[in-house]
Amino acid sequence: MGAINRLELINVTKRFPGVLANDRVSLTVNPGEIHALLGENGAGKSTLVKMIYGIQAPDSGSILWEGKEVRINNPRAARRLGIGMVFQHFSLFEAMDVVENIALGLDGSVSRQALNAEIRGVMDKYGLKLDPRRQIATLSVGERQRIEIVRALLLNPQLLIMDEPTSVLTPQEVDELFKTLRRLASEGVSILYISHKLHEIVALCDRATILRGGKVVGTCDPRQETPRSMGEMMIGSDLRDPARGQMKVEGTVRLSVTNLSLPKPDDFGVALDNVNLDVKGGEIFGIAGVAGNGQNELLEALCGERLSSAADVIKVDRIPVGQFGPTSRREVGLCAVPEERNGHAAIGTFSLADNATLTARTRIGFATQGFIDQDGADAYAAKVIQTFAVKTLGPNSLAASLSGGNLQKFVMGREILQAPSVLVVSQPTWGVDAGSAAFIHQALIDLADKGSAIIVISQDLDELLALCDRLSVINLGRLSVGRPVSEVSVQELGLMMGGSHGGWTTPAMEGDHAAKA
Amino acid sequence: MRLRLEKRLEPSRKMLILTPVLSVVAIMVLGIIIFDGLGYDGPQAVWELFFTPVLDVYKWRDVATKAAPLIIIALGLSLSNQAKIWNIGAEGQYIVGAIAAAGVAYSTQSVTGFWIIPLMVLAGMLAGAAYAAIPAVLRTRYGVSEVLSSLMLVYVSLQLLSYMITGPWKDPNGHNFPQTAQLTAAQILPHDLLGSGIPPGLLVALLAALIFYIIVSCTVFGFSIRAIGEAPHAARYGGFRSDRIIWATLMISGAMAGLAGVFELMQLSRLNLGYPSGYGFTAIIVSLLGRSHPIGVFIAGLVLAITYVGGQVAQTVVHVPNATAGLFQALLLFAILASDLLVRYRIRLSFKGDIAAKRSVA
Repeated sequence: MGAINRLELINVTKRFPGVLANDRVSLTVNPGEIHALLGENGAGKSTLVKMIYGIQAPDSGSILWEGKEVRINNPRAARRLGIGMVFQHFSLFEAMDVVENIALGLDGSVSRQALNAEIRGVMDKYGLKLDPRRQIATLSVGERQRIEIVRALLLNPQLLIMDEPTSVLTPQEVDELFKTLRRLASEGVSILYISHKLHEIVALCDRATILRGGKVVGTCDPRQETPRSMGEMMIGSDLRDPARGQMKVEGTVRLSVTNLSLPKPDDFGVALDNVNLDVKGGEIFGIAGVAGNGQNELLEALCGERLSSAADVIKVDRIPVGQFGPTSRREVGLCAVPEERNGHAAIGTFSLADNATLTARTRIGFATQGFIDQDGADAYAAKVIQTFAVKTLGPNSLAASLSGGNLQKFVMGREILQAPSVLVVSQPTWGVDAGSAAFIHQALIDLADKGSAIIVISQDLDELLALCDRLSVINLGRLSVGRPVSEVSVQELGLMMGGSHGGWTTPAMEGDHAAKA
Repeated sequence: MRLRLEKRLEPSRKMLILTPVLSVVAIMVLGIIIFDGLGYDGPQAVWELFFTPVLDVYKWRDVATKAAPLIIIALGLSLSNQAKIWNIGAEGQYIVGAIAAAGVAYSTQSVTGFWIIPLMVLAGMLAGAAYAAIPAVLRTRYGVSEVLSSLMLVYVSLQLLSYMITGPWKDPNGHNFPQTAQLTAAQILPHDLLGSGIPPGLLVALLAALIFYIIVSCTVFGFSIRAIGEAPHAARYGGFRSDRIIWATLMISGAMAGLAGVFELMQLSRLNLGYPSGYGFTAIIVSLLGRSHPIGVFIAGLVLAITYVGGQVAQTVVHVPNATAGLFQALLLFAILASDLLVRYRIRLSFKGDIAAKRSVA
């Protein structure tokens, strides 16, 4: 064997109560290598990375850094070794500027001027464009991610861990990121890249280690594989392609939104500006867009968390619901799944049965006249668990004990089994492994085939292109006119997501649209 | 080396029930040490404080009488605690409730009728609820912390009490003492309701505990309170409005405090400057010790009542100071808060310098 491995894990094991998260995992990362870590949700990727970054300690096994065994007790120790990490969820203070945020993340204290110079140095070197004096609240998600990357790079890491970095980026931003990562690798920096997007791994990585059920099930060269073959290794069975049924768009409009405008919910929110859309029964309507362009605000407005200015702004099966709260809207048939699972779509400290009660109590009918029928709630939760193959001990398990993908399956199942006439979902497969994602997609298609109208809000263009009949783009709270998927290209969508395109559903535009139709 | 708190994945159910019990045991041990250190007979002081009220049949009635207001107030507080709404001003709502009932009594001195007592109860509960509505308005309209506003209103209620008993409602036959006239027979519930020997207040507390148990565990309203407390955003998505829950829990806890005030008024048969007994504050400890669970609150109320009664016993037998009961109550609060932390987090020792050493080798 020639050069020393940058990082080597030997038989690393980590056990949590009831779960073996990592079972004798061994892997090596060479200098200058972009190494993919692949696996379903709950396969143990996060746990493994947390041990490398010192957030958790392994129960047994050893971690070798540059050939020497080390104990990494905390992230600070990891950073001192030369390990940097960019998390999936950013930890930035909205009201501060870029430099202040970076300074807060550093271990030592540095003068602002010196830091400024250092930041500019790193940015120039790696082509990361960003004004260090801008306030975080004014930045796009892609720009925010660059701050995290700069923060990690300032420490001259020898190993950079990236946790699902592209889930929030436009296609153009992904290309930029890949350029930066390749540049780093060419300088000898090792990169441990976690992602579910298999085609990205094929495009970017030199080697991939695949985890399943906490064990390493294989190592491969992604350039010799197809996304499909790696996906199958990951879930250990054949991937199913989502299959549309015979029934196509039914023709009657089930959800119609007319001139929906809402002010910003807070200083960092986005105002909705004259949103217009119609979704027919059997149709899946996609909304693309870069995060933070009003997706959450739109979902909350449709779901009933925020009321519209007038009742007939939103109609479900011709019933004006604009002034209804979430419970009444669900009774009419409008269900929704927000983007954030923890603390919005579900309550971590509640059991799955209680989480079923949260949204399904009236429509399924186990809470009438103000009393909850706990057996009914348990039975419904059990049905969701069974139908959607949620891996859990049962309805009494806490939601927080489920892995992200399993919780997402539960939440999706909870809404879909209510047989809504209109379902609005945001990021239905965010952070979900390929197997579960395919399952969720199929469930959405099946629901549409039964005649429901579905809106999918997502930042994953592949998902939208595969799933939807019509697509539109949300930018700064405005929604573009929906167009059939066959008529739009990825490049065009990318440009619209950046805001440089006409065709917004202002009232005038909608008039044109109607005239043409 | 340094200490670090690490969040436990799932706090164990057994520990959640066990820790209040362990806290009580811990403060007994602590009490022995403290009183021995101060030159008293520590073991005996603790014995008199915690066990005499339980073993001596004649003390049971005292314990029951003291437990009733504590339980009634703490039940209300446990509801608002679950919504993470912190009503610290139950003492004020309790006083205002008693003032309102005393007002009914003042205007019905010369009449009799079965309706007088229900009217006093109703007036007390409404007054308590109305008084708690002030922090509710301030919180929902202007975002003022209910912790501060409800606490400050306690002092306002004390002034109101002092004004009423020295001014308009002063007993004309009271030898110029600042107090109201004694309640008439038609204004007091018989001490021995239904021939059970149990004070009426405790019967009400028992009934209330049952009702609260049903509210918390079986109703959508109870569910919504827990949801708001755990995850406000998810609760909104579930169709629950936090403003309504803030209003409801504050008004209910205020009404319960007012109710306790009415029973205490009947117990003492008049309002005087000694009326504010701190039950509204002690009830906060009761609700925490009882884990905001109606059955737990009932038991915790009895435990705290025992410390009140036992404190008096220990004073006369072991000659410990008057402040003893309060001291133990405060210790109990510390113990329960500390054990709460340990149930939810574990302490980790981390050794600094490990990596540096390893690195210098490399």
